[in-house]
Amino acid sequence: MTALVKKDARRIDATEARIATLTLPSGGFSAPARADALARLRAAGLPVRRDEYWKFTDPAALNAPEATAAGAMAEIGAPLFAERDRVRIVFNDGVFDADASDDLSLAGVEIQRLAEADRADLHWARDLYGVLEARGQSPVLRPHAALNTAAASDGLLIRVTGTAPKPLHIHYTHSGETADAILHHCVRVEPGAELTLLETGPAAARFNKVLEVDVAEGGRFHHVRAQGRDHARRAITHVFARVGREALFKSFTLTVNGVMTRNEALIEIVGDNAVAHVAGAALGDGKDGSFHHDDTVFVTHDAVACESRQVFKKVLKNGATGVFQGKILVKPGAQKTDGYQISQSLLLDEDSQFLAKPELEIYADDVKCSHGSTTGAIDETALFYLRSRGVPVEDAQTLLILSFLADAIAEIEDAEIAADIVARLEGWLARRRR
Amino acid sequence: MDIEQEKNMDSSQGQSSDVLEVREGVDRETVETVQNMGAYKYGWETEIEMEFAPMGVNEDIVRLISSKNGEPEWMTDWRLAAFRRWKEMEEPRWAMLNYPEIDYQSQYYYAKPKSMAEKPKSLDEVDPKLLATYEKLGIPLKEQMILAGIEGAEGAPSEGRKVAVDAVFDSVSLGTTFKEELKKAGVIFCSISEAIREHPELVKKYLGSVVPQSDNFFATLNSAVFSDGSFVYIPPNTRCPMELSTYFRINAENTGQFERTLIIADKGSYVSYLEGCTAPKRDTAQLHAAVVEIVILEDAEVKYSTVQNWFPGDEEGKGGIYNFVTKRADCRGDRAKVMWTQVETGSAITWKYPSCILRGDDTSGEFYSIAIANNMQQADTGTKMIHLGKNSRSRIVSKGISAGKAQNTYRGLVSMHPKAKNSRNYTQCDSLLIGDKCGAHTVPYIEVKNNSSRVEHEATTSKVDDDQLFYCRSRGMDEEEAVALVVNGFCREVLQALPMEFAMEAQSLVAISLEGSVG
Repeated sequence: MTALVKKDARRIDATEARIATLTLPSGGFSAPARADALARLRAAGLPVRRDEYWKFTDPAALNAPEATAAGAMAEIGAPLFAERDRVRIVFNDGVFDADASDDLSLAGVEIQRLAEADRADLHWARDLYGVLEARGQSPVLRPHAALNTAAASDGLLIRVTGTAPKPLHIHYTHSGETADAILHHCVRVEPGAELTLLETGPAAARFNKVLEVDVAEGGRFHHVRAQGRDHARRAITHVFARVGREALFKSFTLTVNGVMTRNEALIEIVGDNAVAHVAGAALGDGKDGSFHHDDTVFVTHDAVACESRQVFKKVLKNGATGVFQGKILVKPGAQKTDGYQISQSLLLDEDSQFLAKPELEIYADDVKCSHGSTTGAIDETALFYLRSRGVPVEDAQTLLILSFLADAIAEIEDAEIAADIVARLEGWLARRRR
Repeated sequence: MDIEQEKNMDSSQGQSSDVLEVREGVDRETVETVQNMGAYKYGWETEIEMEFAPMGVNEDIVRLISSKNGEPEWMTDWRLAAFRRWKEMEEPRWAMLNYPEIDYQSQYYYAKPKSMAEKPKSLDEVDPKLLATYEKLGIPLKEQMILAGIEGAEGAPSEGRKVAVDAVFDSVSLGTTFKEELKKAGVIFCSISEAIREHPELVKKYLGSVVPQSDNFFATLNSAVFSDGSFVYIPPNTRCPMELSTYFRINAENTGQFERTLIIADKGSYVSYLEGCTAPKRDTAQLHAAVVEIVILEDAEVKYSTVQNWFPGDEEGKGGIYNFVTKRADCRGDRAKVMWTQVETGSAITWKYPSCILRGDDTSGEFYSIAIANNMQQADTGTKMIHLGKNSRSRIVSKGISAGKAQNTYRGLVSMHPKAKNSRNYTQCDSLLIGDKCGAHTVPYIEVKNNSSRVEHEATTSKVDDDQLFYCRSRGMDEEEAVALVVNGFCREVLQALPMEFAMEAQSLVAISLEGSVG
């Protein structure tokens, strides 16, 4: 018993040390939500490796009072999505960069900065800011998300009332060696409205980001992000989504490089006949330091006849580590659920590893739920076939890796955006040939 | 007579035994069992005078159990060390099980029939009441008797294989059959208490070597207070001449059963081991915490089959056995093989993960499981496949069936160590839900630390297929029969892995366990 108290004391100390370094905004519409979140963080304490939810990922660097230094890498070639018509908003080290950003105006969409809106006492985002995050704290605690709600310095409040004619693109640049950014975005997709949100860039040496998305009846939300290529950066991100009746939510994440990335996605399907897909492709090379990539997904079905898909693919080399923790929870009464989950990894050498915990928790009988998980090396037979047709070994490998990732990329609905992602992948693979 | 009429006639006769004769034997078995038996047929109690140790557990009780078994000092010390560790440990809470706090001090840790005070020299001297108990359970304790499958299945395995039985009643082993014949083959099959006295060198070498003294909360408690269990040693290059079996019966009230089984398969040997368990119907829950350790040396093979049919509690969840079991096999030598097969139909709470440590190169581990939870039962069961050796193979087939208000969880680990090159795992866990008040869960852990190994995991959850049900019903089956048939089909892969006699018993158990789950 005494041992337990000692353990908890250490957790409390670590949490307080982290809180001490935060700048906690006060006043404005978000003040009550921020105060609640701080209380949640204090009650939960920051995670430790012993916690079941952090079994495969060491949260120490995310918990530390200061960010570990990480150099920024120069962009290679044209920036991602440069050719797409879009509204571009830039944050540098978590600070809004007005000069680099377009005007915050897009037909059918209201866009405001959190830091500015927060001066008002009343705002539509009051019903969303920290609300989905708080709901997402059960059954598993997510202390870093509570920390974010309490301390986020900025972010975007996006209200979609019509069909946006072009995507909204948030680009995160990184310049300060020890930049420690905390951003929090809220998106409310009104009934029947539609938006595509793009996110790119490394953001900071350490980045804590929360995206809360509320998709109302018949709304459609597409999310495509490419996490930046800085080798040494660390990130913990959360997407909290609530999906209403006949609504659609789709999220795809590409991750290349990064010492440590933990992407959590918590999707709650609350309206009948809704669709929610979440996908990820990660390519990791442990050569330049290390690569640790963790996808933690929790999909809750709380309505009838909904469909969910989780598609996660990882390609790992040189001692890279891939983690997948995924869950489909089907609540009592969520009949006719179609839940699917696949997590696969391709280990390109002997040193890399894949750790997975794909879970199902089902309380309704008329459902179709399945999950699959596979791990292995590149298929020698397929490689041999391509080589026997005259394809050089490296091209053959690239081809097989791209085909392995195809299922995840197929989750991006917009063909042009998908092509941009594939081009980015090809570039990465070409640079990393040995 | 037109076809329509013929069909009608067929279906109208569906309930009569004439038509049953026409069906395949397997099907008849299931249907008859469902028709003829109560939900739990082993719920009766043997009225016999018992000798109990004082209630609760402390060092004195541990010493008492040790002295009752006439153990040497090293064994007593081993138990005490475990007990001291246990006091420091906390009960695990990670399983998806919900049960009231267990008061470890309100249990009896040792209960022995009075007539066993003087250890009988042979089964002939055992109290006839006890022998009658086993007879009633269908367990042959007389050597001239051979296991002929379950009642009503006469003639099924016509040649009737010999099975040696160790019968454990509450805390003590009553006796072991076919001892002489086994001795001729060099096989040692006796109770663990006897082994501690007669073969201390083997026990000392292997006890706790697979499941360490303080492995987990329940195994540690078992290490401290285990009262009896079975011991098997198969000498090198020996094929055990018959199947070995242990039958566990909990009889006394408020008594926990803590048995320990140790199986050692020396180089190149083979044994198939069966385990069965039942307990009387009672309103209060009873604790069962067993440990099974299996050591498998080079080229040896062990098959371990369990049909677990402890009293599951009543429909409201009153009573039943809390079953916390640690089972582990260590494939220590190259090319060692182990196969776990389990049919889990009983127990109010099941917490059980038969595991394989694939230490040697080219070793193989298999796990076949059917877990059925009905009414208020909760099962959290699965396996661990720890691949350490090169070219090791493992296969997991788990079928979970939930009905009533039951919760059924598959929890498993597949771990590929960096050195376990070219290893292979295939996992399939399927869940079937019958009714909308139950739950089916899957919690697999997959850890792959090298790239020449391949790991594949698949899981599905679904309900009993309406089309299949409709088909069966259109052939004149009532809904319960139809569900039993579909479920037996769902479990087929696992049932096939069981030894013949067990497979038949398991099949009828599947039907019984699901009784009352439909409609």
